[in-house]
Amino acid sequence: MTQQEALFSYCLRRGDDNLILSHRLGEWCGHGPQLEEDIALTNRALDLIGQARNYLQYAGTVEGKQRSEDDLAYLRAERQFVNVKLVEMPNGDYAHTIARCFLYDAWHLPLQQALMNSADEQLAAIAAKAVKEITYQLKTSGDWMIRFGDGTEESHRRAQTALDELWSYTGELFATNEVEALLVKAGIVPEMAPIKAAFDATVNAVLAEATLKRPPDGFMMSGGRQGKHSEHLGFLLAEMQYLQRAYPGATW
Amino acid sequence: MTEVKNLEELFQAKVDAELKIEPKDWMPDGYRKNLVRQISQHAHSEVVGMLPEGNWITRAPNLRRKAILLAKIQDEAGHGLYLYSAVETLGTTREKTVEDLLSGKAKYSSIFNYPTLTWADIGAVGWLVDGAAIMNQVMLCRTSYGPYARAMVRICKEESFHQRQGYEIMSVLSKGTPAQREMAQDALNRWWWPSLMMFGPSDANSPHSAQSMKWKIKRQSNDELRQTFVDRTVQQAEVIGLKVPDPKLKWNESTQHYDSGEIDWTEFNNVVAGNGPCNKERLAARNKAHDDGAWVREAAMAYAAKKAKKQAA
Repeated sequence: MTQQEALFSYCLRRGDDNLILSHRLGEWCGHGPQLEEDIALTNRALDLIGQARNYLQYAGTVEGKQRSEDDLAYLRAERQFVNVKLVEMPNGDYAHTIARCFLYDAWHLPLQQALMNSADEQLAAIAAKAVKEITYQLKTSGDWMIRFGDGTEESHRRAQTALDELWSYTGELFATNEVEALLVKAGIVPEMAPIKAAFDATVNAVLAEATLKRPPDGFMMSGGRQGKHSEHLGFLLAEMQYLQRAYPGATW
Repeated sequence: MTEVKNLEELFQAKVDAELKIEPKDWMPDGYRKNLVRQISQHAHSEVVGMLPEGNWITRAPNLRRKAILLAKIQDEAGHGLYLYSAVETLGTTREKTVEDLLSGKAKYSSIFNYPTLTWADIGAVGWLVDGAAIMNQVMLCRTSYGPYARAMVRICKEESFHQRQGYEIMSVLSKGTPAQREMAQDALNRWWWPSLMMFGPSDANSPHSAQSMKWKIKRQSNDELRQTFVDRTVQQAEVIGLKVPDPKLKWNESTQHYDSGEIDWTEFNNVVAGNGPCNKERLAARNKAHDDGAWVREAAMAYAAKKAKKQAA
């Protein structure tokens, strides 16, 4: 694998994670538990789609085959998507949606903070913009975890159930392979160990305040980065890609 | 009795002098009621209006369009919020206003009871529905009630972006493949008449209008606004090569306006009465969001109360 190929794969991973989570959050638009939350979730979806576009555009540039952000988002099939499974899971109730955002943000923020020091200028620039957004997002998802955990009996139960169900999907966030290994050596992407330590610190602090239990680190799901997804992703893509597939080559 | 009469005269004098009425000013009960009804209907329309457009977020044809659509619908939610706040300045809580929507007691713009069947409908909604709404809203920037007028100034800025993006969608489709052009024309065919109905009954059949004009809540009649919309939109359709579905549409040299065919008021009354294609779905979706969100709102309240108690201790 060349450095260029590794960088392309890395950008796709970042792009796909953000794209698919943004898509799931978009499903909430108009259906949130109150207007303020509707606005906040849509804001999150917008931030994530913006980040996805930055990564997919850059992926296209790095690849050098004239593929646009839309070619990459709309014309790849299930097995070619390399997002983690965490982001493709259905939304579930609001506690699930928030818990997923929180776990994602707690990983995403230290990762992007570290990427600000990337030897690749474009990755550093994308990260600098994203960090501002994710700092705010982590604050809001963490606040909701605390409200749910320390709110009512029902909200506590729902938040704990969500955490328990989602926990096995967090392992994949920290998994690395030859793509990261090669890029870490070149100073383009950070080592994962400090990101994991920051994630643990955030999660432990927020869950403690929320009076929620951190689930045990047992079996962890994997496969997303290799394009081995859950059955949910195919339906998500069928919906998302419908117009591009039904009217090949059309401009919108 | 004389006192109220004097207050009413003072109020009307203020309105006539183009001074804004503010929340703490004295106002006739009828004025307050009329405003609560109108502003809350407007707020509900913004919120229910999120549904037909939200219907296409997950199927938007490219990432740019998806981001624009998300931002647009987010704006509508924001408009709903300002307007619910404007209603609160008149002494009606947001909870009560929302309750009236959910129970079916309050109305919202009937246009949102039509379905968005194809992607071109997202273009048509922006171009025609937001375009028609702007006509009303530009007028309302000068309405006599201060908080409503100020909310409208901000809303108008965002709505004009919405209208442009809708027109741009239609313009791109009309320059696209034959299938895309057909999709655009079909959307115009379906949305044209309902958009004209958005201005409400014709002046002869609009009982509240005269009083609203006297109080300067409304400043132009339904028919005047509708005519301005037709004149402007017909030309926009021509520019992108689409045909307005009205065989009687014709430029009238003497009036310097377009003459148009008769609106099917039976359809309008039917949709207002609850028999539109999506009335049930829209109300059900709002009720589901509200019911499913109850525990979230309760948790937030419970946590806030606990926190306040801790801080007090």
